[in-house]
Amino acid sequence: GIPVRTTLDNSTTVQYAGLLRELTRKARSAVRDIDPQNDLTFLRIRSKKHEILVAPDKDYLLIVIQNP
Amino acid sequence: HAILLSFTGHPEIFPLIFTTKTQEIFNCRIGEDVTEKNCFKLIKKEDIIQDLKTAAISDFHPVKKVVLEYPGEELLVVFDAKFQYGQNFYLVASEEAKENILKPPETAEEKEEEKEENREEALEVQPYKPPVQKPWVSLGSEREVEEESVKETAPKIKYMVSRVQRRFGAPLTLTDRNASHVGDSYVECTPYQDKTFIIKVLENDVGVQIVPKVREASTQTKWTYPKNAATQYFPRQLSSEEKEESLSSKKLKDFLTSVHLRMEIALQQNEIMNPFFDDWKALAEDESSSDGKPDVYLKAYQSFTDLHYLKNKTISCVCWHPTIHGIIAVSAREQLSYEEQVNLSDKSLLQQPVIVFWSFSDPVHPQLMLECPQDIYCFQFRPSDPNIIAGGCVNGQVVLWDISEHEEMLQNAKTVADGIQPSLMQVQQSSREPPLVRHCAISSIQYSHKKPVTDIHWQPDCSEDHQMDATLENKAEICMQLVTCSPDGSILFWDIPATKLPQPPSSGKTKVKESLYMPPDVPDTSKHLDFCWKPLIKINLCESDINREYSPTRISLRELHYRYKTSEKMQPLNILQLLAKGSPYTEMNISSSKNLKVLESISTDFFIGTEDGEIVYSDWKVEMDSDSAKPVSQKHTQEYIIHTGTINTLQRSPFFKDTILSIGGRNFAIWKEGIMNGPILQSSCSTGRNTAGHWSLTRPGVFFIGRDDGNIDIWDLMKKTYEPCHIQNISKSAISFISPWIGSPMQHFLAVSDDLGVLHVLEICQTLIYPLIHELANVLDYFEREARYLK
Repeated sequence: GIPVRTTLDNSTTVQYAGLLRELTRKARSAVRDIDPQNDLTFLRIRSKKHEILVAPDKDYLLIVIQNP
Repeated sequence: HAILLSFTGHPEIFPLIFTTKTQEIFNCRIGEDVTEKNCFKLIKKEDIIQDLKTAAISDFHPVKKVVLEYPGEELLVVFDAKFQYGQNFYLVASEEAKENILKPPETAEEKEEEKEENREEALEVQPYKPPVQKPWVSLGSEREVEEESVKETAPKIKYMVSRVQRRFGAPLTLTDRNASHVGDSYVECTPYQDKTFIIKVLENDVGVQIVPKVREASTQTKWTYPKNAATQYFPRQLSSEEKEESLSSKKLKDFLTSVHLRMEIALQQNEIMNPFFDDWKALAEDESSSDGKPDVYLKAYQSFTDLHYLKNKTISCVCWHPTIHGIIAVSAREQLSYEEQVNLSDKSLLQQPVIVFWSFSDPVHPQLMLECPQDIYCFQFRPSDPNIIAGGCVNGQVVLWDISEHEEMLQNAKTVADGIQPSLMQVQQSSREPPLVRHCAISSIQYSHKKPVTDIHWQPDCSEDHQMDATLENKAEICMQLVTCSPDGSILFWDIPATKLPQPPSSGKTKVKESLYMPPDVPDTSKHLDFCWKPLIKINLCESDINREYSPTRISLRELHYRYKTSEKMQPLNILQLLAKGSPYTEMNISSSKNLKVLESISTDFFIGTEDGEIVYSDWKVEMDSDSAKPVSQKHTQEYIIHTGTINTLQRSPFFKDTILSIGGRNFAIWKEGIMNGPILQSSCSTGRNTAGHWSLTRPGVFFIGRDDGNIDIWDLMKKTYEPCHIQNISKSAISFISPWIGSPMQHFLAVSDDLGVLHVLEICQTLIYPLIHELANVLDYFEREARYLK
């Protein structure tokens, strides 16, 4: 995706945007495959160093990266 | 002759010989009348008959009969030039044959002429003439067929066999008979092995020819050749106008409103619960601690001893090298009692005392040796610069060494150990004597201690922050870096010159009461610091009113730069600023005028352990009493007599800065600073004496105590507080020093030295390395509980 507004530096933003766009698309398709009436509302990725919160929408994505 | 010819298939040709005379008679002389081409001669029959009658022997005699029977009148005689029939002439016996012989050549010639004419006219068209049926001319073949065919020579005999008439039509009786019962009711042709075919052919000559199979094949492929292709891309980005536009668009606003609630919930959840808590790990730890009895042990790793230098000596102090892995230094001293030492007039008998450096790679040969003027009681590596080592001697002097030249060698000793086989080089190296480093500074005897230096500590360097302090005239910072104490009742603070030793000290400048230590920036002519090195501050531990002197053996100070803050514009922590002049407790050496400001945020309290087993808690900061203009110490000294013998260990816990472990005599105690009533934990008296001890570096509730029977007691406050959780015997003689060290995250070592001059390095087991979960909090709780009981 193309970042619209960011608080990080440009290269990181672009990287996050691109990768997470794909991931949310996959996650949404997985959810809908299982149950077509269902839809993805929120995606949380917890790793050793950060936690990434993604809120998807039809056109936009809101990504929050949290440090412990 | 004639008969012969008839069998050869030409019955009408009779070869004749004509003599010359006959030839003349019949005008068939060879060469004249008859030639090859003109070889036919017709002779009348009558002439031949006449000839036959007249001549006695005529040439026609053999064919006389033929001639007589000849139907025609003229007989043909042909000259046979080529002796085709055996003679030079032959007679043709029949009319037909005569005709044939005379005519066919003509016809053949005619035909050939015709054919030539025809060929010239029309070459291709040859009308098809069906073969004309000709009568069969026998050429004698039917005779051969007759001979070869098989004919029955004998007439066949006919037999007729029939039964007697009366037997026909008679009634029959039929019975069954088993064919196999009667022997010869049937004839069998049993197979048998014919002997002629038994012989096995063992060798057979067989001809073999090999022909390679050759096959031609061809293919055609489409050859795709590789081509370098590269793409360069950069991420799509919106221009700033587009960004503005999309930011302000309604869609974005709707999106944000819908999404922000979810995000808030998630963030709140994160706040409430720690999302990075690893449940698995916590589970595992709980299980292991609640287990029955995990193995607690100290595994022997290596032991070092040197027969030459460390024989009959006791090891007084053991220190690990702070930075280089596997290097440990050991100081030894003679095991003489005081009287013996005093009475020993001939010092040359004593072996040169040394500090020996061992490396894990070589348990037999020491790596480095530091030459000591006297027996060293204790020594320490400087934490900021491990190449500087300070040691306290048995006569009260303080000695400094600088091993910068050998640092590389020590580091290489470690790397060589990593190799599997010691190379020849290393063997050669080890066979050499280890290098002996002479001390680079020794304090003056006058101003050192009067009794052996029993404890020496490095204080962390104060910062060399020149820019902060403009008011100080003296640019160089005077930091007290070395603290020594001795049973003569004094604590000395020493300074090390800022730059590398040997540092030329200046000759005496201004002197206040005691002689001065020179600021390092003043140049000097003397080369060594030897015997000119003087302490900065000397504190006498004596109560003015009680008049009792303490003889400290161990001292424990808080780190003096504990509360330094860089953000505030404070003057750099100069200890000199704290002390007022002219107190009976403290005798200061100051160079030039300085701003003396009393900074109250510094903690100046200290613990000392004395020879008699007392623990004294005091401070050395003094203030001017406004009334009597006499410096009075603010806090009273506290003394506790708990231990039964000399204090040999006084150590702050690496985890809690205000908790101190004191070991001496037959028991040990744990103190908390601030609690004046007594120790928060005191052990019962044990049978043997405790001779050494140390906190564990990784587990807050564990410490090691060495005994005089060579045992190590491992105490774990989380398990039992009334007895050690594990006792292990290390050596036969008393343990003189214990020092733990973290070699790697998995390998922790415990260096234990004993009175025989042997250094044992043990590996600490895993249960003693890894703290239990919440151990820090639990131990803190325990200490606080105990403190509360005291109140």
